[in-house]
Amino acid sequence: MWEFLAMGGKAAYVWPSFLISAVAIGALVAWSYHRLRRAKEMLALLEEDKP
Amino acid sequence: MRAFWGLVWRDTVLAARIGGGFGLGFGFFALVIALVPLGVGPDPETLRQAAPGLLWLAAILSVLISLDRLFQADFEDGTLDILRLSPMPLELMVLAKVLAHWLTACLPLVLAGPLLCPILGLPVEAMVPTGLTLLAGTPALSLIGAIGAALSVGVRRGGLLIAAICLPLFAPTLIFGAGALKAAVDGTEMLTPLVLLAAQSLFALAIAPWAAAGALRVNMT
Amino acid sequence: MGGGRGTARQYDLTPHLASGQFPHRFGCVFKKVDQRIVTHAPTVLGQLHGLANPHRFMGFASAATPWCMALAGTLLIAGLYGALFAAPADYQQGDSARIMYVHVPAAWLAMAGYSGIVIASAIGLIFKHPLADTAAKSMALPGAVFTALALITGSLWGKPTWGTFWVWDARLTSVLVLLFLYVGYMAIWEAIEEPTRAARAAAILALVGAVNVPIIHYSVEWWSTLHQGTSVLRKDGPSMPWSMLWPLLSMAFAYQALFAGIVLVRMRSEILERRLRTRRLSLGEEAP
Repeated sequence: MWEFLAMGGKAAYVWPSFLISAVAIGALVAWSYHRLRRAKEMLALLEEDKP
Repeated sequence: MRAFWGLVWRDTVLAARIGGGFGLGFGFFALVIALVPLGVGPDPETLRQAAPGLLWLAAILSVLISLDRLFQADFEDGTLDILRLSPMPLELMVLAKVLAHWLTACLPLVLAGPLLCPILGLPVEAMVPTGLTLLAGTPALSLIGAIGAALSVGVRRGGLLIAAICLPLFAPTLIFGAGALKAAVDGTEMLTPLVLLAAQSLFALAIAPWAAAGALRVNMT
Repeated sequence: MGGGRGTARQYDLTPHLASGQFPHRFGCVFKKVDQRIVTHAPTVLGQLHGLANPHRFMGFASAATPWCMALAGTLLIAGLYGALFAAPADYQQGDSARIMYVHVPAAWLAMAGYSGIVIASAIGLIFKHPLADTAAKSMALPGAVFTALALITGSLWGKPTWGTFWVWDARLTSVLVLLFLYVGYMAIWEAIEEPTRAARAAAILALVGAVNVPIIHYSVEWWSTLHQGTSVLRKDGPSMPWSMLWPLLSMAFAYQALFAGIVLVRMRSEILERRLRTRRLSLGEEAP
């Protein structure tokens, strides 16, 4: 296990690159979905107001 | 064709009278160049190494700051609408304005820029190549810059947008301009990069009027 | 993306509309909006109808998104297992070669994303199809993120391999300029508030950028040979063994499915936001 995490001494480069990729893509997905949900909510709010 | 030259003349005279004239662009260029040694130190060898790139960067910056005037002033006072209604094709109008821009913003650099060679540690022999590369490359800057200026006409903080659009597109011109000049300074063959630099200007001439006219049509609706 | 403030798009006008009272600042905005309704209402409305059946697209997109995401998730799990456990370490670079599995897919998407923007922009410009404009806009940020990831993971890969985080190699430099092109493209969408106008302007910029990409590429290549740059990125000599290839392909397809999913989600919110905008404009018409 420890050997795996050490990545042959290259842990300082391997893990950050995987981590940064995961964080950036995760944030992109989360933000895109958040934007969609907010647009849906606002639209629903406006539809409600309309007679 | 008379309308074309009339517009070139009008824009040139306007720029000369209002925009500080031919001197302002060159003044900015000279200022940037003069500040460089204060930043990187007075060592002649270091300066000589960096000089081609610095001359070209200063040229790009001084073209860039003059670009927001290219269409914006005429857009604001309605002249652009009148020009658009005239029988002259919009593409030709763009070309006339670009030519006037080149005459006022770039030609001073071509003529007076080489005078700054000595303060960057370049030999006197480098003066002619400096003027030559600027002559071959600055039309590309004016033309590509016109696309950026047309795209950001009527946009808030348009100047920033022009920079964001144009700077990456200026990269090839910077590479070949500085490359040709460096080749001349190092005494290697400079013809290839110089020809490629001129080719870029020609290529920009082929696409920029259409793109800029299209952008003006979009932004003037 | 700061964008400009003080525009109809950024402010939520609903409370002011409801109260019927507008502070002075909003008054200005509304004068603008009124003008725009007079001049643009037909186009905006026509646009919504012409959205090639937006309902059908919205239906398709919301049905397809979970499939994309599920496919991406499955491939990602398989690819990560392959990349971290199954694939052998490179016989020269050791374990740092595993960065390849997140770097190469991102780099492919960086280029594919820009190509996608260019194709969608051309369709939008020629056929005046709003859905194509929406697609082009929705691809910009994901494309830029993947481009940035390609650069960041590339430099993290470079440090143990070449001994430095950054070399001015031709390929790296081209990708850096590509990132700047993405930034300019997004900036123009942010700067012009009227959607149709922004779409046309952005499309023109995308096409101008597209004809410049080969020029930039070759000039950078010429430049890096001029400077005798250490040609660290050789054309791959030995072909990759299958044990390293399948995780790479799996990750690449996972990234592509993820990209498609993200773009679909963003297109949906883009369409809804446009609808929202028209609603607000028509509300503004009724308010006084």
